[in-house]
Amino acid sequence: MEAIWYGLISLMLSLYVALDGYDLGAGALHLFVARDDGERRQVLGAIGPFWDGNEVWLVAAGGALVLAFPVAYAVGFSGFYLPLILVLWLMLLRGLSIEFRNHVDNPLWRSFWDVVFALGSSLLAVVLGAALGNVIRGVPIDATRTFSLPLFASALPGPGSGVLDAYTVLVGAFALVSLAAHGGSFLAWRAEGGPVRERSLRSARLLYLVEAALFPLVTWATLKVQPRLVEAALGRPLVWLTAAIAAGATALLVRAVVRAQAVVAFASSTALLLALLGSAAAASWPFLLRSTLNPRFDVTAHSAAAQGYALRVGLVWISIGLPLACAYLVHVARTFRAPPPHGPASET
Amino acid sequence: MTDPVLWHRLQFAFTITYHYLFPQLTMGLALLIMYFKWKALRSDEPSWDAAARFWVRIFGINFAVGVVTGIPMEFQFGTNWSRFSEYAGGVVGTTLALEGVFAFFLESTFLGVLLYGQSRVSRWTHFGSAVALFVGSWLSGYFITATNAFMQHPVGYAVGAGGRLELADFRAFVLNPWALWEYSHVMSAAVVTGSFAVAGVSAFWLLLGRHRDVAAHCLRTGVVAAAVATILQIFPTGDRNGKLVADHQPAALAAMEGLFNSGPYAKLAIIGQPDMVHRRLENPIEVPGMLSFLAYGSFGSTVVGLNDIADDNWPDNVPLVYYSYHVMVGLGTAFIALALFSLLQMWRGALLRSRWLLWSWMLAAPFPYIATTAGWTTAEMGRQPWIVHGLMRTSQGTSPQVGAGDTLFTLIGFCGLYLMVGILFLFMVGREVANGPPSFEGRVVPGRP
Repeated sequence: MEAIWYGLISLMLSLYVALDGYDLGAGALHLFVARDDGERRQVLGAIGPFWDGNEVWLVAAGGALVLAFPVAYAVGFSGFYLPLILVLWLMLLRGLSIEFRNHVDNPLWRSFWDVVFALGSSLLAVVLGAALGNVIRGVPIDATRTFSLPLFASALPGPGSGVLDAYTVLVGAFALVSLAAHGGSFLAWRAEGGPVRERSLRSARLLYLVEAALFPLVTWATLKVQPRLVEAALGRPLVWLTAAIAAGATALLVRAVVRAQAVVAFASSTALLLALLGSAAAASWPFLLRSTLNPRFDVTAHSAAAQGYALRVGLVWISIGLPLACAYLVHVARTFRAPPPHGPASET
Repeated sequence: MTDPVLWHRLQFAFTITYHYLFPQLTMGLALLIMYFKWKALRSDEPSWDAAARFWVRIFGINFAVGVVTGIPMEFQFGTNWSRFSEYAGGVVGTTLALEGVFAFFLESTFLGVLLYGQSRVSRWTHFGSAVALFVGSWLSGYFITATNAFMQHPVGYAVGAGGRLELADFRAFVLNPWALWEYSHVMSAAVVTGSFAVAGVSAFWLLLGRHRDVAAHCLRTGVVAAAVATILQIFPTGDRNGKLVADHQPAALAAMEGLFNSGPYAKLAIIGQPDMVHRRLENPIEVPGMLSFLAYGSFGSTVVGLNDIADDNWPDNVPLVYYSYHVMVGLGTAFIALALFSLLQMWRGALLRSRWLLWSWMLAAPFPYIATTAGWTTAEMGRQPWIVHGLMRTSQGTSPQVGAGDTLFTLIGFCGLYLMVGILFLFMVGREVANGPPSFEGRVVPGRP
């Protein structure tokens, strides 16, 4: 039962990254690929109907975490107190920038929110990556089953380092590049015709190259920082499967990017992100948070889980709710199948 | 002042109070927008469609702020109240998870269709999105109210290994009687806020002689909805909530009424100021026996006063509970008077001509926000000193390693950010109200794809 919930929450979080990832990535590229008001409305129109629903995957995953692993939620959220509150502030500003920008027809108002949108999106992508880095590296959970981390302490990853160290910043940078490339292929697909499409495609090409260059470095660093993870990963068929999917998706992606097939590029980019996160989750089982001090203090799916009845009841309801959520997603995707027009896109 | 519990509580109180200014309007407005869109479909008058379009814009701004200020609430259970989450997460996690899966997806998806899809979907589908949005937001209200109801009146749980709470009976937990009555009370309050906003803006337009068709429709709708909702607010929902408090939280009831001495024929205080040193009400105006009657149904019933409750089980701020309760009830009574009198004038055909009545509606628009805030303050401060009533004290629920310095920093940050958001919000809504509904001159039936 714990394994099912572990898988479910990993899936929800991966979907969050793949879905909110494209609108975060679009935000990171916003100022570069869209130069005038009409083009920027095109970018915002492309993500407008979707971004809020995408973000719900994170909130829903958070809710599922409280349900299934209340201890992990309590230890993790209180331990990452300051960085999480900073994330909240970023999400707040970024969300408002999307909704507020087109409400007032004034160039200064719009420029302000454009910059907030781009900065907020970029920083959030970095923070998401750094968060993943922290989970992989581990945190100093002690005998009281709590930890608290400074934002930054030493550059080298280890028991003495803070939220940001060389490793987590590297993963953060990798996340920014990956999501920006992902957002680029989304915009190349959704911004039909015109300069936004051209610039998005060009940015995506460049960013995928950088991503490919960073990938070996990240893999090597992970090997150094968390050898236990990689050891466990090698013996798991599921990890091999997801790695194979990732390899296949990469091949498709390269082909699509070279041939400028934006839909295929975006689809394979999505598959690649899901597969990468899936293999990370499969390799990490059953650890939710590793202690850098002593393996005895690790928070695992077994030690953190709610009792069986709550997990069973929750599973029944979630297996009704998630298909519904996917149905809404399909519905809204069909409604907005036609790309937003160039120029005034939003009706609000 | 160096006690971290104080700062944790202040931060949660501030962020939740601020957050709830927005959902109370959107939940109430969702109902009225549904009605406007229905009328737009069924009648040929373009002014109904203009009303729907205008209120969808206001809804969109409010919903955006509600979403971005709502996410911090779900995070703070973990960041600031980790011992509470660890202790009760096995139970309240259920409703938090269901809210995300069943309500938030529905809301966010169909808000997108409602805001961006007017030209892409048929009028019926667009109406359907308004219905879905209404269902989503009212479901969300239920799940979070059920979570709060567990903290007020825990049921359906067992104490498991390690002393943590476990879910024992899902039906009992979700259908907590406290949740049902609290939800009814909270939702009719949301309709009060929504209808007063709609009526208030219409009154403003009518007083200036602008947008007469749209304003007349909105004002009539607002007055009827307000009349129904304000009455539901007192009876049965307010009455039943009061009886639940009397049965399960005697200390909260005594604090709400400023009652120190136990006894039969307990008096209902209309006004007065609690004197905590001498343990009495100053300058009271009271109705003899009324409190006994309202709480237990007979004048001779004994109501327990604070003197017979151990001091460490008192709400830690009795005067605040007392005043917020009285502000809520006082405003609620005034709302009923305004709504019923306006309904009478409407029936006589004099509503739109009575300038002082229009002035009253315009000026009344902010007051439901105050009443709702006061109501929640009564409920949450009345629950103290418990975070889960009778089971866990609030001081035991905080995150142990998050100190006063950290929390003060984040509280100041929230204050600054929310102040900025509030100013921008008022500026944008003010502009919308000043611009008025979209013009429909020369348009027949708009909105067809």
